[in-house]
Amino acid sequence: MAEVARTLAMGIDEASGERPIVAAPFGKALIEIGRERPEVVGLTADLGKYTDILPFRDTFPERFFNVGMAEQNLVAVAAGLAQTGFTPFATTYGVFASRRAYDYVAIAVAHARQNVKIVAGLPGLTTGYGGTHQAIEDLALMRMIPGLVVIDPCDATDIAAATRAAAAHDGPVYMRLLRGNVPVVLDPATYRFEIGKAVRLCEGADVGIIASGFMTERALDAAARLDARGIKAGVLHVPTLKPFDSEAVANFAASVSRVVTAENHVMRGGLASLVAETLFDAVVARPLARIGLPDRFIECGAVPTLQQRYGITVEHIVSAAEGRIAS
Amino acid sequence: MALRNHLPAEPDIAAIRAHATNMRRHILLMAEGPGQGYVGQGLGIADVLAALYFHELRHDPGDVRAPDRDRFVLSTGHYSIALWAALAEAGVIPLSELPTYGADDSRLDMSTLDTTPGVEIIGGSLGHGLGQGVGMALGLRLKQSAARVFVELSDGEMQEGATWEAAMSAGHFGLDNLVALIDCNGIQADGPVVLNMEPVADKWRAFGFATQEIDGNDLAAVLTALEEARRAEGRPHAIVLRTRPGKGVPTLENRERAHFVRVDAGEWAALRAELEREAEVSHG
Repeated sequence: MAEVARTLAMGIDEASGERPIVAAPFGKALIEIGRERPEVVGLTADLGKYTDILPFRDTFPERFFNVGMAEQNLVAVAAGLAQTGFTPFATTYGVFASRRAYDYVAIAVAHARQNVKIVAGLPGLTTGYGGTHQAIEDLALMRMIPGLVVIDPCDATDIAAATRAAAAHDGPVYMRLLRGNVPVVLDPATYRFEIGKAVRLCEGADVGIIASGFMTERALDAAARLDARGIKAGVLHVPTLKPFDSEAVANFAASVSRVVTAENHVMRGGLASLVAETLFDAVVARPLARIGLPDRFIECGAVPTLQQRYGITVEHIVSAAEGRIAS
Repeated sequence: MALRNHLPAEPDIAAIRAHATNMRRHILLMAEGPGQGYVGQGLGIADVLAALYFHELRHDPGDVRAPDRDRFVLSTGHYSIALWAALAEAGVIPLSELPTYGADDSRLDMSTLDTTPGVEIIGGSLGHGLGQGVGMALGLRLKQSAARVFVELSDGEMQEGATWEAAMSAGHFGLDNLVALIDCNGIQADGPVVLNMEPVADKWRAFGFATQEIDGNDLAAVLTALEEARRAEGRPHAIVLRTRPGKGVPTLENRERAHFVRVDAGEWAALRAELEREAEVSHG
């Protein structure tokens, strides 16, 4: 009998096994930042273990607050701490930060311009726990909030750099989290993260892949496979959805024959929508194929099964780049 | 400038009552502009705000962001009319600005935005105040500041679940620098309180608050309760304030208990005269 894949524990590792890994890059970065900046405090709503923030608690116990399962209060308390001069990093899952605490993020944090950093676990389709836990539309929701910076990092390098950039940024931030053993895709010696900036990771004029989050890793793998088949693919990594680097996206698209977007998110309201708006505004006419999640709630199951079923694998990007997935 | 209202000091009740009466005058003046507003709530809470701004609250009208100020968090943003009255009476906002209440481009909005000096939070979306007050109290404690946090919230607002999330955390963190001031005026948007919240005081006690229940229009009782709430014994304080909407203007006290009062243009002079008569009696 063929082996059937099963739903695994809540927070699976992102590591594929082919790249080096860093364990808990967010927690490690936050401790470093905490040493330099005594005003940085940590909060969670009973998900410290699954959002890699417990190392910060263990290092700075007096600067850490667990408010229990209460995400509205998590965000409100973080806003209050910010109002007394602290820089709070508040962790929960993306579904709860967006769906449950939205009014607090919008008003108490963003409208009030408070220096709160919301760090959101289980982004997109990274858990087999079904629609209750899969934050497939969080980026669309969050980028609708005025003044909120929205970040979807790719790997351990990106997580560490974005955490540091978020701490340095004077204003509210929503950052997706990759937790546990996170692969190193971007070279920490050369990669520079800057809020609002896209980064061209490889050159190629036949097709341009514009990717965010961990889909950038898959885009690079897809580009390598395409190269073996004689197709030169460029990859533009767009870790910040807001503010969006429209200039870099338009320039990149103009330098390639056709464009593929790749995101760990529904294809409505996230990266694909932003790219389409940007190309229209910049009058850059290119065929656009979109790789991302469908407009539907997704069932429980093993993460690889679901990612294959719902179209966010390397193979899907390759197919789109070869024109086998319709625009 | 230095923080006002150094403690402990004996309250000058007559002076505080005079400020409360002035605040009620300001409220009628403001409401007359648009001809409507949350005048009932404003008049009802005026005594509590007078006790805070002219006795209990350590604040500096010349520096509303002074780091060690006590915070007064008005969670019910639509009570802004009362806050504008207090801030004007305290000298933060010029009295000449009061007639602009609710007008386009005025700082004195119908619902609080934090762009007006003296406003700590954006308070229009109910259920936001206590949680932010908890964060402020944690932050001030972490800074070893002696400043305290006073959060006003309302009986209707207790129906917002986040109020109780915040209450749970205040009790858990033992925030004795936090005082919840619960204005129970018996009205909400759809009329008299639509969901029974009694027994209010027992609920706050159960969540770990040192809880008092008083007549929120009895100035002496308010001052005594605030003094009691200075006690630092490792738990937050709650003062359940039974207030009368429209307090000080009998016609408004007795009008149908409305969340949003409309007054005919010709009525204002009579209402002002009522306030003056009542003030004369209460000031003895």
